[in-house]
Formats: sequence, C-alpha cells, structure tokens
Amino acid sequence: MNSFERIKNELGEKARSWDEKNPRNLFVDVAAGDIPSACERLFNAVRLRFIIVSGTDTPRGFELLYHFSDDGHGTVITLRTLLSDRQNPQIASITPIITGASWIEREIHELLGVKFTGHPSLKHLLLAEDWPEGKYPLRNDHEK
Amino acid sequence: MKNELNNNSKPDATSRCIIPIGPYHPLQEEPEFFRLHVDGEKVVGIDIDLGYNHRGIEKLSEAKHFDQGLFLVERICGICSTSHPLAYANALEDIGGIEIPERARYIRSIIGELERLHSHMLWLGLAGHFIGYNTVWMWAWKYREHILDIFEKISGNRQHYGMIKVGGVRRDIETADIPWIEQNLDEVQRSVDMFRGAVMDDPVIRARTKGIGVLTPEDIRNYGGVGPLARASGVNIDIRRDAPYAAYNLVQWDVITYEGGDIFAKAVVRILEMTESIKIIRQCLQRLKTTPGPIDAAITELPAGEGIGRHEAPRGEVFHYVRTDRTNRPVRHKIRAPSFVNVATNEKSVIGYHIADALIILAAVDPCYCCTERTSVVDCDSGRQLFSGRDMIRLSQERTAQLRKQV
Amino acid sequence: MSVKTNALTKSLFAFHAACSPCNNCDIEILDALTPRYDLERFGVQLVASPRHADVLLVTGAVNKKVVHHIKKLYEQTAKPCFVVAIGGCACSEIIFRDSYNTCGPLDKILPVDIYIPGCPPRPEAIIAGLVKLIAKLNAKDAVPPAQQSGQKL
Repeated sequence: MNSFERIKNELGEKARSWDEKNPRNLFVDVAAGDIPSACERLFNAVRLRFIIVSGTDTPRGFELLYHFSDDGHGTVITLRTLLSDRQNPQIASITPIITGASWIEREIHELLGVKFTGHPSLKHLLLAEDWPEGKYPLRNDHEK
Repeated sequence: MKNELNNNSKPDATSRCIIPIGPYHPLQEEPEFFRLHVDGEKVVGIDIDLGYNHRGIEKLSEAKHFDQGLFLVERICGICSTSHPLAYANALEDIGGIEIPERARYIRSIIGELERLHSHMLWLGLAGHFIGYNTVWMWAWKYREHILDIFEKISGNRQHYGMIKVGGVRRDIETADIPWIEQNLDEVQRSVDMFRGAVMDDPVIRARTKGIGVLTPEDIRNYGGVGPLARASGVNIDIRRDAPYAAYNLVQWDVITYEGGDIFAKAVVRILEMTESIKIIRQCLQRLKTTPGPIDAAITELPAGEGIGRHEAPRGEVFHYVRTDRTNRPVRHKIRAPSFVNVATNEKSVIGYHIADALIILAAVDPCYCCTERTSVVDCDSGRQLFSGRDMIRLSQERTAQLRKQV
Repeated sequence: MSVKTNALTKSLFAFHAACSPCNNCDIEILDALTPRYDLERFGVQLVASPRHADVLLVTGAVNKKVVHHIKKLYEQTAKPCFVVAIGGCACSEIIFRDSYNTCGPLDKILPVDIYIPGCPPRPEAIIAGLVKLIAKLNAKDAVPPAQQSGQKL
C-alpha cells in the first residue's frame, strides 16, 4: 500500500474524510475530540515528525491544522479539525504526547484565543505581559 | 532591565543564582533572554522568554499580494533571507500546480546554497569567538565576504537578494559571469578546507566541544528538531532530498549526518555541508551554461486552494502553509521557521552542564533569533552574583584556555 | 569647540542595540568593523555597556515588548549620547508599519540624530553615516541636536 493508505488505516474511523491534494499532501478531517489520539497514532505508531499546528479564523469557526512530515516518503500529512464554538473554542492539548507542541499551542492561544486544555502552562509566548485581555491579533475581527 | 553587578564576583557555591545572557550583547545580534538557573556552577534549569522580535508577519502577509509577500517574508530573517521566499513560492506553486522553468530551478538552488554557505560561515565565526578563537572569527567573516560579493554580482544586493518570484526567479545569471563566480567559490572552498582541518583536528576544540550539549535522537524527535541540529544527532532528514524541489534532484550531492549530538558534531555537520553546497552550486552553474530558456513562468494569478511549501534552510526545514481564495492575497499564511522548534531543544541540551559551556551550547543551535524571537537566559531570583553576557563569553574563553593547558 | 566635543570626535564609543530586527543591519554593522571596511580607523569602537556609550546604534523595528527595554537602555547611557537609526525599519518601519505589534519608527521612541536608511545599509553607508555624525559634532556643541530642541522621549 502507498504511504497515504497506511495513514488512513492507522487512523481508522477517526478519519472522517480525506483529501489527497497531490502526491505530496494529504489532508484528513478529524473530530476535535479525536485529535489527541490521532496525533498519538501518527507520532508514535507511524513515527511521523511533528512540524507545527496552524490556526485559522474562518466563518465556520476556528480551524486547526496539525501538520506532520513523513520524511521517508517526502509527504506532509495534515489533520484538520474545526472548533465551531466561537465563544469558547477549546481542544485538548497534545503537549503531553509531543513535547515540541508546547510553544505553538501557547502561540495559538494568545494570537487566536483557543484554549488547549491540559497544557502545562498556557502563558504568553510572544506577546507582552500587558497585552490587553481578549484581544486576539489573528482573529478576523481584530482591530489594530 | 536589571543593572549589572560587579563583573568580578564569583558565584556562591551554595546558592542558586541566575545568570543573564544578553541583553544587547554586541556579538549576539539581538536581545536574548535565556534564564539559566544554576546550582553552583551547574546549570539546572532554563526559562526561555520570547517575543522581543515578534512583528506580526503572518497577519501583515494577509494584506499584501503574493509578490509583495515574498519581499515581506524575506525580511523575517536576514541571515536565511531567501529561505522564506523559497518556501512561500513553493507553497504558492503547490496551490497552482506550477512547474518552474529549468533555468529557474538551477538559479534557486544556487541562491539557496550560497545562503547556506554564508550562514554557516557566519556561525563558524561567532562560535569561534565564543570559545576564544578570535582568528577563526575574523577569517570566517573575511571569507564570507566572497559569498556576499557573489550575491551582489547575481542579485545586486549583499543581503536580501530579492531573487524569488512565483513561477521562477527575477534575475538571470549570465554565462559570462560564471568564471568569476567560480573563482570566488574557489576561495571559499579553500577556507572551508582550512576550517575543516582547523576544527576537526584541533585537540583543544575537541576537548571543548565533545560530549557537551548533547541531544539524543529521541530529544530531536520529541521537539521536532530539524536541520544540522538534527543531523548532528544522526537523524537523517533533509527536505532537499526527502521532498525535492528546485534543482536538488537534478544534481549530485550528499546529506551530511554525524553521531553524538554534541557541539563538535554540530560544527562538523555545518562545515561538511559547506563542501556539499559548493558542489551543488558548481554543478548548477555548469548546467546553466547549456540550459536555454526562460527564468520565469509568467504566472499572473493563482486559483483558490491551500498548499504547503518547504525548504531546507541553513537551520533546517522552513514550512509555509497558505490558503488562497482567487484574490491575489492569502487568506491565511502560516510560517514556521526551523528555530521555532530548534531553540526549544535548549530545554534539554543545556541542563547538567557547566555555566562556562552554556553559551556555546545555546549558540550551537545556531538560533535565527529573528525567525523565532530572541530567547534570553536571564533570571535573577536572589539578585546576587550576576554574570553579564560579556562575562559568559569570558568564562567560555577561559574554559578553552584551561583545556589547552591540559591537552 | 569644547574640550568634551574634541574628545568625543577622536573616538566614538558605540553601543549596538538591536530592537526587533531581521538581523541584516546588525551583521552589516559588525561587518563594518572587519578589516575590509575597518570602521575603527574613524575612531569608532563597540563597547559592552551602554554606560560607556557616546553613540547608540539602533537597528530594527520597535515592537511592544522591546520598547520598554530600549527606553531604559537609552536612560542608562551617559549624556550626551547620540542616537543613530540604522536601517529602514528603525528609520521608518517600512513594511512593518501596519503591524499589530510595532510602536512606530525609532524617532517616536528616542531622539534620533542620524538616519542611515537601507535594507540593510551597506557597511560603506554605515561608515558614511557615522562620518556625518562626527562632522556634525565638529561643527556644533556636544549637545545632540535632538536634545537641543527639547524633544521629549
């Protein structure tokens, strides 16, 4: 089976749908509740390399993309999830699984206002301590 | 900012005290804030304080059209200036399914490898200074000038070359200029050979750097470490080979790895990579002589979609994710520089070592501070016995002098 | 010309402070010190502490976290201390002008005496700018023009 098939098999029912954009990019839709276990499979079972998480404010809610690199095949596997509760967007932290996720979760928290439950310390990474509470620069409604 | 105390004071062996590195040390380019917690002379903890360089570039990019965005991301980091445009262009070309002309592929690799050369050379100089080899610093920066001269010949600028555009490159390399470029490369190769001998065979440098600041392959994996940092721990990853782009799969070269994960390994990987970079550039220049055609696919618009672009920058994988909507501006532009994952490894690599080694361990990550934000190691819980950044360098250099007597 | 100004223009002790730069200006400043460009022949030397500085060489945009530090650093310098804004970001913010995290060009934060634009300015341009500063000092009293006009921080 090709490398994408293997990923789909590992994720099983957690993969609600997938999009093979081209031979190098696979995007897989995953429910927010399944993100930690899906990341755990990719990181520990398939041994993919964690790249980063991208967070985007969209009309349907806050979209999080968890990017992993399959260096052996030269491909990127991205898990996509949507947090539709705009008032209180939150998802379980994957820092307990992948140490390297700690900083990006802090960054998304301060720039987009998403809460990562179970993160050891969601303090500011980049913004000054006195940055106004509730002002998230990467949200579409943020005024300069 | 805390006042510096008496620079001559020694640490109290029974107290836990904090040592500031930085800020604004002239030889550390940006204010860095690493907070080292020490027990006597041993480092037992580190806090990393970022944000001193955050300029909100991802948000700025949403207001710029794609061509402007390339100039914007070039300025994320001066040292790996072309790395971000290369990755951004790769992401946009991924969205558009665009193949760039063959000449452009060679020119992109030439610029990318020239950048690796100047960046590694710069690091070599700074590292040399930190451990007390000031001749290494002066020589490395002197030979680096040859590379900047080549950049100026090709692009018109020593730094921030503005060479990348969607669909190709902005300027061609004239065949008539190639012999001059090769002459300058010969000078650089001579210096690389000299450094290789000087660094790898020097028993004092070995004593100073072997077994220091070790990162295991597992550490690398847990942090998502990339680049020479990873390859020095034997982790065999390199985007140029794993997910080729530009001319990297059109010419012959080797990925450099080394075992040990210590400072020595990190220096060796960078030095040997320089030889590979020169190899790549020479082959690309030869191919340019016999490859006619345009340097630009003349792209005027991009479809809606999302794409990913990567480049193996001098410090490791640069990753750009872009979402488009048929306008000429990105809806979302996520940028991850290699230092974002690499600098975090300091949480592991500096613990348990002597404070005199802390500076070189932190520098061995080759942090592109501006890519990530500066980190500062400063924490004064008791306010006693602070060492300034200059003191850290002095400590580091004295350590080398001590070892020289023993070796 | 006062004795102080005379002493100043013989050797200028410069403290290099980076705010939120991309680093290229900083590298070109250090390059200016290497033998090829040799800034030291004009009597300019880098010092390790702002307290010893006659001149502050400042690079980079000024972001909201670093602004407090650069102000404090300026306060620590012995007066008179001249401020040189090096590079497009310090001079005018250039492409970072609309950022949510920057505070304006350097002269909104500190009194600036010399502007050296460029992205980055070449070592020759940095030298030319500092030579202009020295000429300015030779022509006037030792109080920086920006401080003469009573411009507030």
